[in-house]
Amino acid sequence: MYTVIDASQMDPTFADQIAAEPGGEHIRRCFACGTCTASCPVREVTDRYNPRRIIHMATLGLRELVLSSDFIWLCSTCYSCHERCPQDVRITELMHAIKNVAVREGYIHPSFRMQVDLLCHHGRLYDVSEFENERRAEQGLPAITERAEDFGKIFAATGLDALIRPEQEGAD
Amino acid sequence: MRYALYLGCTAPVRAMNYELAARNTASRLGIEIVDINDFGCCGFPLKSVHYETALLLSARNLAQAEEQGLDICALCSSCTGTLAEANHALQDDEELRERVNEELEAVNGRRYNGTIRVRHLARILYEDVGLERIREAVTVDLSSLRLAVHYGCHYLKPVEAHDRFDAPENPHSLDQLVETLGANSIYYEGREQCCGGGILGADEKTALALPHLKLERVVAAGADAMVVICPFCDIMYELQQRRIEKLYETRYNLPIVFYPQLLGLAMGLSADEVGLPLNRVKSKKLREITGAR
Repeated sequence: MYTVIDASQMDPTFADQIAAEPGGEHIRRCFACGTCTASCPVREVTDRYNPRRIIHMATLGLRELVLSSDFIWLCSTCYSCHERCPQDVRITELMHAIKNVAVREGYIHPSFRMQVDLLCHHGRLYDVSEFENERRAEQGLPAITERAEDFGKIFAATGLDALIRPEQEGAD
Repeated sequence: MRYALYLGCTAPVRAMNYELAARNTASRLGIEIVDINDFGCCGFPLKSVHYETALLLSARNLAQAEEQGLDICALCSSCTGTLAEANHALQDDEELRERVNEELEAVNGRRYNGTIRVRHLARILYEDVGLERIREAVTVDLSSLRLAVHYGCHYLKPVEAHDRFDAPENPHSLDQLVETLGANSIYYEGREQCCGGGILGADEKTALALPHLKLERVVAAGADAMVVICPFCDIMYELQQRRIEKLYETRYNLPIVFYPQLLGLAMGLSADEVGLPLNRVKSKKLREITGAR
């Protein structure tokens, strides 16, 4: 992981691309104080995730290294760094922005692809079949009807569908 | 006090005890719950993947509550946060709202005008029902209970989406809600730490290291139980507890209860009425308190 950086691989436009994403706007404000890393509960248990390092890599322009990494998917979205950042970099949203760019470039974590599929078919992360509704009825809780119709339409309208479909076919 | 109940994906299948206790306590405290069958995913998992899609999913739900003229009362903290953040963005930015509405109209003919509020049930209990009214409803003595409250993240943060109603660094609303019932809210290290639920799918071992740390600290502080207000936090601390115990070769046997369950027990509801038999880690102490009811 800690290898010498090949300067020819740096893309100075990468931070601007992130800044153009919703949530990524404040990336250039970072002065690398490390409050995010010190606050991060994931960093507390593993050194594979380090928000300051990710932001630094992004501003250096280490495009492929960041987008193809596993570590960008390790933000638990707890907003600890977000609230504490003295420069209002809005780090949780910044991590969302980086992941959004990664998805557009073909890097989506398999667990998130699975969630997109579930939502497309059920409109929910846990499907509600007859079995679940029977269990709910036993507790005196009202039945739930899955309404997935809108979801396929929404995924087609926003282009998410097309974005994740090519690789899905390749994987089958 | 009338609200659209936003169940989300997790609570209605994985935390029926929570839903049951929420419904049974809310109705007794003057909260009228309206079920909207058309609600779907809040958009939370898609924010990491495709922001525009996530926003549209949120707007879809917000529009359905708005049609009924109702504010949203959510049980899951992630749903609360996601819907509140989207609401904040759509209320603040007319241009964005117009763009989202154009897409939403094409999907199902609906629009969202930005007129409703989104809050977590615990916040509604704290703000709308109020501690005074809750105190008056208490009939059972819980003073022997030492409880560790877990706020979780999206109930409070980002603060601007939640009108800064509680402090993110040293929050107090849940402590007060617990103490109002006569129980003791105890201090433990790392109270504000995340449950790790957000990365359970991406990296299970790393995700489970977070609740491991918290369970260690809560048990060390001598808690009788941990109090949660989010079905996903519950998955991490209760459903995954055995697995964490195996991974780390230890034993916690720590009961996890949802705040409305505790509230119901304090109000004299039966164990069944607050879904206590569905809790996986049994609490002898809570059982004793509820007695034969």
